Amino acid sequence: MNPILLAIVILGAIALASALVLYVASRRFAVKVDERIDRVAEVLPQANCGGCGFPGCSAFAEACVKAADGGSLEGRLCPVGGQPVMDKVAGILGMQAGAAVARVAVVRCNGTCEARPRVAEFDGVQSCRVQQMTGRGETGCVYGCLGCGDCVAACRFGAIRMNPATGLPEVDEDKCTACGACVKACPRGIIELRPKGPKGRRMVVLCNSKDKGAVARKACANACIGCGKCVKVCDKFVAITLENSLAYIDPEKCKLCRKCEEACPTGAIHSFNFPVKPIKKEE
Amino acid sequence: MSKFIISLSPHVHGGDSVEKNMYGVCVALVPALLAGLYFFGLGAAIVLTTSVVSCVAFEFLISKYILGRDGRSVTDGSAILTGLLLGFNLPSNLPLWLIVLGALVAIGVGKMTFGGLGQNPFNPALVGRVFLLISFPVQMTSWPVAGQLTSYLDAQTAATPLGLASQGRLDNLPDATDLLLGNMGGSLGEVSALALLLGCAWLLWKRIITWHIPVSILGTVAVLSGLLYVADPSTYMNPLTVLTTGGLMLGACFMATDYVTSPMTPRGQVIYGVMIGIITLVIRNWGAYPEGMSFAILIMNAFTPLINTYCKPRRFGTKK
Amino acid sequence: MKTFSKGGVHPDENKLSASSAIREAGLPKQAVFSMFQHIGAPAKPVVAKGDEVKVGTLLAEAGGFVSAPVYSSVSGKVSKIDHVLDASGTCRQAVIVDVEGDEWEESIDRSPALVRMEDRPELDAPAIVQKVKEAGIVGMGGATFPCHVKLTPPPGCKAEYVIINAVECEPYLTADHRLMLEHPDEILVGVQLIMKAVGVSKAFIGIERNKPDAIRLMTERAQAIDSRIKVMPLQMKYPQGGEKQLIEAVIGREVPAPPAIPINVGAVVQNVGTAFAIYQAVMKNKPLIDRVITVTGKQLARPSNLLARLGTPFSQLIDECGGLPENTGKVIGGGPMMGKALLSLDVPMTKGSSGLLLMTKEEARRAEPQACIRCAKCVSVCPMGLEPYLLAKLSGKADWEGAEKNDITSCLECGCCQFTCPSHRPLLDHMRVGKSTVMGIIRARNAR
Repeated sequence: MNPILLAIVILGAIALASALVLYVASRRFAVKVDERIDRVAEVLPQANCGGCGFPGCSAFAEACVKAADGGSLEGRLCPVGGQPVMDKVAGILGMQAGAAVARVAVVRCNGTCEARPRVAEFDGVQSCRVQQMTGRGETGCVYGCLGCGDCVAACRFGAIRMNPATGLPEVDEDKCTACGACVKACPRGIIELRPKGPKGRRMVVLCNSKDKGAVARKACANACIGCGKCVKVCDKFVAITLENSLAYIDPEKCKLCRKCEEACPTGAIHSFNFPVKPIKKEE
Repeated sequence: MSKFIISLSPHVHGGDSVEKNMYGVCVALVPALLAGLYFFGLGAAIVLTTSVVSCVAFEFLISKYILGRDGRSVTDGSAILTGLLLGFNLPSNLPLWLIVLGALVAIGVGKMTFGGLGQNPFNPALVGRVFLLISFPVQMTSWPVAGQLTSYLDAQTAATPLGLASQGRLDNLPDATDLLLGNMGGSLGEVSALALLLGCAWLLWKRIITWHIPVSILGTVAVLSGLLYVADPSTYMNPLTVLTTGGLMLGACFMATDYVTSPMTPRGQVIYGVMIGIITLVIRNWGAYPEGMSFAILIMNAFTPLINTYCKPRRFGTKK
Repeated sequence: MKTFSKGGVHPDENKLSASSAIREAGLPKQAVFSMFQHIGAPAKPVVAKGDEVKVGTLLAEAGGFVSAPVYSSVSGKVSKIDHVLDASGTCRQAVIVDVEGDEWEESIDRSPALVRMEDRPELDAPAIVQKVKEAGIVGMGGATFPCHVKLTPPPGCKAEYVIINAVECEPYLTADHRLMLEHPDEILVGVQLIMKAVGVSKAFIGIERNKPDAIRLMTERAQAIDSRIKVMPLQMKYPQGGEKQLIEAVIGREVPAPPAIPINVGAVVQNVGTAFAIYQAVMKNKPLIDRVITVTGKQLARPSNLLARLGTPFSQLIDECGGLPENTGKVIGGGPMMGKALLSLDVPMTKGSSGLLLMTKEEARRAEPQACIRCAKCVSVCPMGLEPYLLAKLSGKADWEGAEKNDITSCLECGCCQFTCPSHRPLLDHMRVGKSTVMGIIRARNAR
């Protein structure tokens, strides 16, 4: 027999046999996948950022399908895709997407280099978590920003950077997807995801210090001293609560009247994205 | 009151440094360096100087102008060490441009491509040496005869003991004294076994290296070559000759013990050493090259990450 | 001579205060008693503002089984109960007492006479443990683990040996050394009490051989008082004072990884200072209100061993030793290997304060880290058989799974790796982050 022919026959036979084995195997060991998962995953951004709290887009898709089977998509949000993507996901799953509020990370500390003098010098790995283990850290405030930028490192969207002038991280609102990675990274729990507010306008207490007024003030000129003036001026809306010498503005209740900002003696309350028309001249 | 410094413990340091280790090895190379100069004179001086200077220069240039660092890494001594070791591995009549090329490959390809000190998977000096050996086999294997103190490129060459052995001429080998002192042909730094052992002893005494790698390499080679010699003395060299010729001693004491490319645990180091010994003997006796030390070390360098993954130290409180 | 087998380093000893006899420190103007002087639940204050207290008055009761009460070490008036900065670097609850005079509770026997075991034949194990618990005694070596817990072996475990930790392997510290030289008999009776409490008939006192005078004296006194107590000289190596290392050095047994504890290999380890405190509590009815602390530093005028009341501010102790040197850059509570850098000198002394070390600015600053050269020295010095270079790398990359797989939770945080690293890499900084994260992950997993 022609050797070329022989080779073709033998190889053909091997190929056929292998194909059979593969066919049988693929049938026998097929993993049943809910096809909805793939369809949901298709509409996701595929950034695999983990911002939703799941290890990647396909895991999130799976979680959405499971949640849909459970009856509600409440609490499932792709921070990158936002509402449009969730609407699509809901459409695929035949559900109504929960109305998601656009949120943004807010660094609740205004202990700038100027306002909060360094009382010690940290020498070690430039990591907030490491500095946190030394106790109070470089400044006199046990609650304030440590300034090593663990949040900056945690952000996968380049939305946080350190401002060298203040020594504090700053959030780029356009880039922030409210994925919450920075919130988890901050050992002092300073960063909070807050609703962006109408036109991005919002009022925030930029302080996290639960120290008594005098202690907080001594450590930082911009600290909330728990004087309660803001609570008083907000008697109409009751949006501000005071706990452990720290005021907190409930974004749901806040009507953006800015009275608290005026009332605050230390300037701990800040307004974001209001038109530049200072109601009162600030010092 | 002034600001206190806060940091986590420990608050003291033992005082060891990268420089101490690198220059420590350089000091340990001095006896062999003197031996090289004694046997190969001017040629050795030229080759070594060129090698060291070009290694340092390449380290500086690459780290400063390609990697964009400050270039301070030249002072840590690792480039000098690579230069010295590369020079030790070259014949003393090698043309300058080849040495510079070897240095470029050693530092540029072997070290800086991976990110500099501590990142390279292979011993840079050996990368340079093997590159030259494979690319320029003629120049790299024409060994000057020892004792020509004033000659460089014009030195007379002759076969090394290993070269003779690979041709099956076991009758013409140097005697034991010459083998130990290094009065024979070869790379300029590898010939004197005694000087190298002296340096190795210094490294051990200064605790720069531990005994595991050199002892396991030399032990494996001694035992296996002893067995071969007993089996057939007419084909195989006696263990003393095997141990003292070629790059074995230099490799075992200085090249295989390179921190960066050797395993991290004692057990891993012994495995690494034994394997180097076996591969060397296999190449020497049955391979195409008369000498296999460089190849053996490079091959085992490649296995180092694997060894590190599987050879864990015994954790405290687990079974011995 | 015995020692532990794995790893270890030998830092410069710098025992500057070894020949300085224990001196009594003056009374503070105001004493601050932290509720967090021990590991476990914080103590709960039982006094209120304005209360008069004497030396030995209960200020706070234990907050649980793993906890310890706190007694006043001064007499005076409770000025307030507030959050103040303590040696841990954070603000925590404390009782603050304004000192007036020095009036002691009458139940405390202040005479120097030695009370021997034979003098108190009625003492049985439960009585001793109860007394230790009431007196608020914690591990005085620095771990501050409530002592009565260790004296109460869990069911199914039988203690075979009492091992007294008199190693004092931390450089600079000499408090235990001086205590042995000046109160050997009291310590030995304390050891007898521990032996009785846990029901064993063999005790070893491990002392490193850089204290030959203490070895000699303790050996001699042990023969006179109780021949079941043996002094065991040990080679000098850090961290021999680590519980696991000491047990291995003395009886050759290795405590397996957590959750195993020393009692699982039949050992009960107590610090020599703890033994002394137990003697005082049981035989003299004196709760834990003072301790010996080494105040030292190369620039300090008079490095000393002070017997100081708990709650005394560190600044006062430094003043008694010649004042804070000009170029002090770092103040460490404890020894240089495992101590904690203090933020301020207005921090009160606590039960675990074994030393106060002043370092100059030059000594204090770490050198610039260089690239890892994979020299494996960290692996060879790790007393737990870990691979610090790898753990630090995994922690840096946030690979918690890998860190757990490589036993990061076994890390003692002894600092040998960082001490020895030629590249001055902050290995332990990274590993601490990794260890605490992995511990958190494990806790969360177990809770589920």
